[in-house]
Amino acid sequence: MRRPVVDVNGLQYSYPDGTQALRGVNFHLEAGEAVALLGANGSGKTTFALHINGLLRGRGSVSVCGMEVEPRSLALVRRKVGMVFQDADSQLFMPSVLEDVTFGLLNQGLSSEDACERARVALRQTGMAGAETRAPHHLSAGEKRRVALAGILALDPEILVLDEPTTYLDPPGQRALADLLRALPQAKILITHDVPFAHATCSRAVFFHDGAVVAEGPVEAVAARFGWGLAAR
Amino acid sequence: MHIPDGFLSTPVWAALDALALPATGLAARAAQRGFDESKAPLLGVMGAFIFAAQMINFPVGMGTSGHLVGGALLACTLGPAPASVVMTAIVAIQAFVFQDGGVLALGPNVLNMAIAGVLAGYLPYHLWGGGRFRRAAIFAGGVLSVISSAVLALAELLLSGVRMPRPVLGVSLTLFAVSALLEGAITVAVIAALERIQPGFVRQPARAPSMLLGGLGLCAVMLAAGGLVFASTAPDGIEQLAMRAGIAKPLAAYGNGAGIAGVGLVFVLLLAGGRMARRRSA
Amino acid sequence: MIHRRAAGAKLAVAAVFLVTVATAHRHLLALSAGWLVVLVSGVLVAKLPVGGIVSRTAAVLPFSALFALFSWMEGFPQTALGLMVKSYLSALVVLLLVATTPLPELVRTLESARAPQFLLMVVQFLYRYIFVVVEEAVNMRTAAAMRGGLRFQAAAGALATLFARSYSRAEHIHRAMIARGFQGHFRSMATGTLAAGDVIFAFTAGALPLLVRTLGEVLL
Repeated sequence: MRRPVVDVNGLQYSYPDGTQALRGVNFHLEAGEAVALLGANGSGKTTFALHINGLLRGRGSVSVCGMEVEPRSLALVRRKVGMVFQDADSQLFMPSVLEDVTFGLLNQGLSSEDACERARVALRQTGMAGAETRAPHHLSAGEKRRVALAGILALDPEILVLDEPTTYLDPPGQRALADLLRALPQAKILITHDVPFAHATCSRAVFFHDGAVVAEGPVEAVAARFGWGLAAR
Repeated sequence: MHIPDGFLSTPVWAALDALALPATGLAARAAQRGFDESKAPLLGVMGAFIFAAQMINFPVGMGTSGHLVGGALLACTLGPAPASVVMTAIVAIQAFVFQDGGVLALGPNVLNMAIAGVLAGYLPYHLWGGGRFRRAAIFAGGVLSVISSAVLALAELLLSGVRMPRPVLGVSLTLFAVSALLEGAITVAVIAALERIQPGFVRQPARAPSMLLGGLGLCAVMLAAGGLVFASTAPDGIEQLAMRAGIAKPLAAYGNGAGIAGVGLVFVLLLAGGRMARRRSA
Repeated sequence: MIHRRAAGAKLAVAAVFLVTVATAHRHLLALSAGWLVVLVSGVLVAKLPVGGIVSRTAAVLPFSALFALFSWMEGFPQTALGLMVKSYLSALVVLLLVATTPLPELVRTLESARAPQFLLMVVQFLYRYIFVVVEEAVNMRTAAAMRGGLRFQAAAGALATLFARSYSRAEHIHRAMIARGFQGHFRSMATGTLAAGDVIFAFTAGALPLLVRTLGEVLL
């Protein structure tokens, strides 16, 4: 039996002020699979995702590619998991596009030349070739998102986690992103409010409510069950 | 006040540039706490915050308004060494990107605003911030940070031979005093608002022997600089008296002597402080 | 053409220019004319708008004019002249430098000159986020203006909110950094090699202000 690339069992997490954010979440992701995390604001989707690469640590077990996520394995886990955050401005923190995309590669020990080469490939993949010398604050919201994704793709992770990737994207931008994601071989976790986008990119959805998973299944079915589907309007 | 290039005499800007180098190095090392650079983004973003803070006007009546300078606020929330580093970055960006303040004059401007101004903004809070007079301490910090950097700038200009008629000096000092009071008031108000949002932002004043050293150094320098500035505002009587007593150009002599002695003292204290800091982190 | 020269060469030339101007005391009017010609030629060669550059530099003049007035009133016209021309020319040198050199490159040059890496990284992050945070502040101010403007206490609240948001943003940045393997030190992509063209530029451009000064002192 194939081991899931992400395997979470009984995950619980409370914020420093005591409020419980996750109440025993179970979650499994197979290689190459794309899963959408749906749920209301504050239901725990992002909090859950931050456990996958060890940015948060709760009680219960989280393992990535067979490795338990703990302090000793963090460096390796973070090579396997590529996370694109909701706020692209806080993710593109270097002075130029090229420097930002090569950031992770240089941290992994690649030489300047190799890092630049891989960065250029990733930028081409996300449609931002030629933007290498541009300053992030001159980019549009959609361009920032694409550069942030390039910075992650350049690291060749096995799992992609994207938090609200369609925010600030116009419909053509959303379509382009959906096409790109469908073409990528990595396993994907998409946190999103955009049900049509989730339907276009993911085979399965998981519905969060109040820190727990309350439903799982095909995207449209899960969405319809909670009044999130298109038919509900 | 940012001093442009062309105002300070060569001995003054050269000596202060030389002094600023170890001072900023010390502050950078202290702010890093163990040579990890992960605090750099925080300090950078807070520097951006200070720039942005200039956009928010505080009305003071009669159609005038002022804005936050920020040295004391940063010192009470981030700590004095990180605050110094932030203010240094700000002064540098202002000089290069906005031509606000000279490049050769970076040493004096950094010493005035990022080192002395921040230290003066922090010391009252360090001494009395934990007790009943907390708000007064914060207010005093805001006032002293503006006053000290202003007096130092004026002293440097006078030392360089830039003429300032007595009434002009008097008016400038008054204006600086007003903006210092405003800074104190704004700092108190912002810190109060910050504590309502999240108490953890404003740090508790901590024990630090290097603070004593820094405080002494600052007092010595301020005495020298203040002496120079206030002597320049003194009536003609003193000059005439001294001249009759046979001392030629007494004002200049007093100014140069005190100024140079003060600078020398600070240099020695900085070196000593640097050696102490290195021994503790070794 | 100047844009493509190495930042280090341009910084060196700027330093020479600034010191040459700062240390001059005689024949200031004539020397300034010569220096102005050199600098304006630089602006033209760099294909920058002369009018824009010259007027932006003039921002320093009101301040220097005030002090120049005092010096002149007290009987020191040479000092007055010095204040005005030196502050103006120095500002022009710096503006020409930053108009032809992106700040990140300047920072990288200072890094190879062994300036404290930590301070340089702070400068870099500051520059990266200055527009972002300023825009937030302007939005806050506009939103408040729609509702009658900010009184003293409200302005303090706005600043506190801006502070908290900036702090929070810094935490997100840090999170994004460690998610991409940051170990505590920034790796630089600095190449730092000076081409022959840069060296030639540094020597010829650097010689110009000195030439003006020596000619002035010799001929006048």
